[in-house]
Amino acid sequence: MKTKLTRRNFLRLAGALGMGLAIPTTAVAVAQNKQDEKPTPHTGARLRRWVMVVDQRYCDGCQSVDKPPQCGQACIEGHYGPEPQQWIECYEHEMPGGGTQFVPTPCQHCQNAPCVNVCPVGATFHTPEGLVLVDQQRCIGCRLCMAACPYDRRFFNWGQPPIPPEAAFARYDPENQIPAIKGTVMKCSFCGMLARSGKLPYCVQGCDSQALYFGDLEEDVATNGREVVKLSVFLSENSAYQLKAELGTKPRVYYIPGHGQALGRDPFRKGRKPTVWPWLARLKGSKTWNRSGT
Amino acid sequence: MEPVRHVEHFRERLERVALAPLAHSGWRYFLWVFFLAGVVGWGAYAFLTQYREGLIVTAMRDRISWGLYIALFVFFIGISHAGTLISAILRASQAGWRTPVTRIAEFITVVALMVGALMPLIDMGRPDRLLNMFFYGRWQSPLVWDILSITTYLTGSIIYLYLPMIPDIALVRDRLGPTASGLKRWVYTAFSLGWQGTPDQQRYLGRAITLMMLLIIPIAISVHTVVSWVFAMTLREPWDNPMFGIYFVAGAIFSGIAALIILMAVLRRIFHLEEYITPKHFINLGYLMGAMTFLMIYFNASEYIVTGYKMAGDEAFHFEQLFTGPLAPYYWFYALGGLILPGLLILFPWTRNIKGIVAAAGLVIAGMWVERYFIVVGGLRVPLMPYAAASYFPSWVEWSIMAGALAGFALIISVFVKLFPVIAVWEVAEHHEATVKEGAEEKEKTVPRRRLVSELERSHESV
Repeated sequence: MKTKLTRRNFLRLAGALGMGLAIPTTAVAVAQNKQDEKPTPHTGARLRRWVMVVDQRYCDGCQSVDKPPQCGQACIEGHYGPEPQQWIECYEHEMPGGGTQFVPTPCQHCQNAPCVNVCPVGATFHTPEGLVLVDQQRCIGCRLCMAACPYDRRFFNWGQPPIPPEAAFARYDPENQIPAIKGTVMKCSFCGMLARSGKLPYCVQGCDSQALYFGDLEEDVATNGREVVKLSVFLSENSAYQLKAELGTKPRVYYIPGHGQALGRDPFRKGRKPTVWPWLARLKGSKTWNRSGT
Repeated sequence: MEPVRHVEHFRERLERVALAPLAHSGWRYFLWVFFLAGVVGWGAYAFLTQYREGLIVTAMRDRISWGLYIALFVFFIGISHAGTLISAILRASQAGWRTPVTRIAEFITVVALMVGALMPLIDMGRPDRLLNMFFYGRWQSPLVWDILSITTYLTGSIIYLYLPMIPDIALVRDRLGPTASGLKRWVYTAFSLGWQGTPDQQRYLGRAITLMMLLIIPIAISVHTVVSWVFAMTLREPWDNPMFGIYFVAGAIFSGIAALIILMAVLRRIFHLEEYITPKHFINLGYLMGAMTFLMIYFNASEYIVTGYKMAGDEAFHFEQLFTGPLAPYYWFYALGGLILPGLLILFPWTRNIKGIVAAAGLVIAGMWVERYFIVVGGLRVPLMPYAAASYFPSWVEWSIMAGALAGFALIISVFVKLFPVIAVWEVAEHHEATVKEGAEEKEKTVPRRRLVSELERSHESV
């Protein structure tokens, strides 16, 4: 039977063609997108898998030195972190049996990261080494990642963040995050740029009591700057745990339970000195905000 | 031949009443439009301030990082379900009484979607990078699902509003007086697509309407499910809930009916539509809203009893803030004023009249807005780490943008009703003629058997 090319038939044909094209294209696009999530295959060379270990037995929230937690201070001075952002924050948990313990909390660099999953533009992403970074030059400021992060480890530049004069010499990259960009999200980057050149992250360098270790799961080694430990043995022998492990986020930060006993801390002595932003004092008229609202 | 003359008379009067708003606008109308435009302008000024200074001018901060804008987004998308329910579901179930109210419902859908879709853009920290959504969009993100489903829904509902309006646009085209401007004549001629009411045209239009009707129902349900997933896909205690999608869809239909009842009452009063929009319409929609009220009460009870019994983890904090804490005024207003009281107003026969039902609808709208607000703010307020719970109360910029959004909603509706008849003239006329012909003027179950309406049915059967 001969079909006439009427407008109806033409539209039908066009519709069928369109659908026929759209479905496989979408499937391919989805499949490709999924591929992007996988770490890029490395050629022969071993790939670092950065981790951090917090030995809570050695963390007294800097009570003994009577200073604000020095991990956070070093981070702020190193990254020019704008107030009120504490990329590593020394939280004080109540222990079930009474007393408190300190929990220095950087970004957990989850391997099943809720923030990476929900980002609509791929501005927050995994590096092959497992770091979770934010590209502030792509971030659209929707803050879905902040809603998704179960550790409260993401910070938004609500206004124009203060820019230090030194930023003029810095080349922006997602590990350094200098200069900070208004309307975008910032967070701990595990100081990937320092690790690459063989240095420890600012917080690990700043810790007076060597409670923080930085290491590599691949090489099974970690160091606090004074001693080097075999990571797997160190973690298992000291009953390491992860924050909110039940959520299945697979964090890259491990904690060794304690309340600063190695430094002789009384667990019932509460409080830590508030964090300060000394570099901001050098800037005039910088406008900041607080994290918790009015 | 008595009934025939009666039919002609009905149709003439219907056209006169339905087209009257298009022909004349009093000074009060212009005053109203200027007032709304002023409020929209104020909202635009507030947004400009926010664009210049950053989101620091809002009350949102790191811990409660979404607020009024996202609550309004959910609220408006909810309202948009008015059109789907009334128009598509009632059309699919062939409820004849729907004819005078379908167009109003479809107006609400389109306008609520246009305003609602703006809210996440206003909420963005970098609205200048909006196009990144297209350059770098990832299908894994619930926000991208939102964009996909909302644009689909908006496109679909514009088509679904437009198709049944073609015969009426043609009617306006044919009734334009000799003094009508050339632009007006051109617009109505172009948009009526050469409609003459021939049998062929009626057959095609009938099929198109049926197709859109069938498409729009699953799209609408998916839209609000996806909106809920922006919240439910996170690991936060009150949001991480598989019931969220169902909850959101039910709440959307619920608030959509309320919006329709209110707009119906306003237009009925202003445009003297008492003959077409009768107490029966309010009571029928009131019943629907009542049914949804009890469904919502059931959902609430189910959720709070199941989780509240165990008080696991952060649930305890959430219950405390909702029932006795800082969000308690919002919660109890919603539970008592937004669910129980409207349910009672519809349940009692002596308040089941236009006034009672419009009052119930007003309460439902207010209650549902409050619900959206405490879902967003309450979910974010539950502390994730050991810190004192944050607080949030919208700033003047946020209130101004909300006022601007509501005024914008009213403004677009106000312009719409002056460009197109608010009553589907052909549908009402055909429904009336069919019921009169079969001698069952008031009987709802009479199946209309004429022209486009019968075409619609035929295509129902073939689908």
